[in-house]
Amino acid sequence: MEKELWKGNEAIAEAAIRAGVNCFFGYPITPQNEIPEYMSAHLPEAGGVFVQSESELAAINMVYGAASSGMRAMTSSSSPGVSLKQEGISYMAGAELPGVIVNMMRGGPGLGTIQPSQCDYFQATRGGGNGDYRTMVLAPCNIQEAVDMTQEAFDLADLYRMPVVVLGDGMIGQMMEPIVWHDIPKRELPAKDWAANGRRGRDHNNFVTSLRMDAPDCEEHNRALQRKYDLISQTEVRWEETDTADCEILIAAYGTPARIASSAVEELRAKGVKAGLFRPKTVWPFPSKRLAEIAGQDSVKAILVVEMSMGQMVEDVQLATKCVKPIGFHGRPGGMFPSVEGIMEEAEKLLKEVQ
Amino acid sequence: MKKQIIISGFGGQGVMSIGKSLVEAAVDEGMHATWVPSYGPEMRGGTANCSVVLSDEPVGSPVFTYPTELIAMNLPSLTKFEPNVVAGGTIFVNSSIISQKVERTDVRAVYVPCDAIADQLGNKKVSNMVMLGAYIAATGALKEETIRHMLVEMFTGPKAKLVELNMKALEEGAKCLEG
Repeated sequence: MEKELWKGNEAIAEAAIRAGVNCFFGYPITPQNEIPEYMSAHLPEAGGVFVQSESELAAINMVYGAASSGMRAMTSSSSPGVSLKQEGISYMAGAELPGVIVNMMRGGPGLGTIQPSQCDYFQATRGGGNGDYRTMVLAPCNIQEAVDMTQEAFDLADLYRMPVVVLGDGMIGQMMEPIVWHDIPKRELPAKDWAANGRRGRDHNNFVTSLRMDAPDCEEHNRALQRKYDLISQTEVRWEETDTADCEILIAAYGTPARIASSAVEELRAKGVKAGLFRPKTVWPFPSKRLAEIAGQDSVKAILVVEMSMGQMVEDVQLATKCVKPIGFHGRPGGMFPSVEGIMEEAEKLLKEVQ
Repeated sequence: MKKQIIISGFGGQGVMSIGKSLVEAAVDEGMHATWVPSYGPEMRGGTANCSVVLSDEPVGSPVFTYPTELIAMNLPSLTKFEPNVVAGGTIFVNSSIISQKVERTDVRAVYVPCDAIADQLGNKKVSNMVMLGAYIAATGALKEETIRHMLVEMFTGPKAKLVELNMKALEEGAKCLEG
């Protein structure tokens, strides 16, 4: 199949259209503006609906409304905008509504900067809104993966009836590289017989809500959600590993830093340093089990976590491995990204410290 | 082969476009390639740059500290990136607006009067294509036919006449390597 050159944000928008998104609602913010821009031009051509909403709150609640009626709905934003959407995401989780939310993270806190960052890991993986809920969080590290994951996100959202987050960073959104449009695995999806889309011969009205006034009922709802999350933790965990079989220093990173780290691992290996890379592709559910296995290998002396933040995924690495090996951290926050040389230096320093 | 190229200049000099052309041509030739723009407040009136990787292997890091080639379209770009170019690398200087010479002695310096040549060709806008021509001639990283093919696809209909102008710009840029 032919390779095509795409900019990350535009490729994600095209991927969503190919996945059959019916409705896109968004409000502008850098560095993800090419997503709504592309949608505004091309989604109506594909028979869908594009609305530039009056605010992020409006956008996520439009997603809630469209999803309630059975539509494939999506919004995208960047960090400060995604913060504003958290209430709506919590409501969607409570009402068990599918939807896809793209976050092209930028430096924070607050308005921060428009440069790439990973400072919303906690928000995405722990749930930034109220309540005991989870969203699936897919973390692409290049544009090919971003388009594949965006397409799959709609199926996952429909299958599990929950919001799915595609967690990218400004670099993935702004950069260009060749990709191949190929068929992605399709899930067998249940009918949306719960959707509030008219009576359609049913003997009852479908009612979509996150409100459960009766405490025992609400408790059971929470337990049912948890069973769903437990199932997803068993079935939907994804990761990639490189050179882990004999590695002494294991580097753990996701997204753009993982890509930079892959070059660092290659150069460390060329220097005779036994480095390996563990890259979660889903950060919730986090690939804890496999990471713990690798951390337990005799060969592994230490783990270096690399992020574009002050250290968020590092907590999942600590939890997963129960700190059986020393864990170091290298982070570049506020819109800066790690360099290949910087990662190599930190990896070698950590290895020296533990030996 | 692996090239890590920084292309830098004022906003409006077509630096992003040089990068995109390189990547597009490289993909046409079956190579792996990435293009990362600098984006942000520095683009307003200041220096804009992009980082390009062209490689036979899949590209790991799309960003890098040490370029194998620097294309400096203005003086701030030369000043900023000259120290980082790898030893044995090449620095391309738009000598129409940069009067300084490359200070490093462990790199190759190629001087291309991009704007003067573009003026002679009758269109200031092709100064970036002059530089692209010099880059391709100096590095042999891409085939001229690939670029021509790309231009033919880019300029269609009433714009088709721009293909020859751009090809001429590439040729004139390549000539800067002679002598």
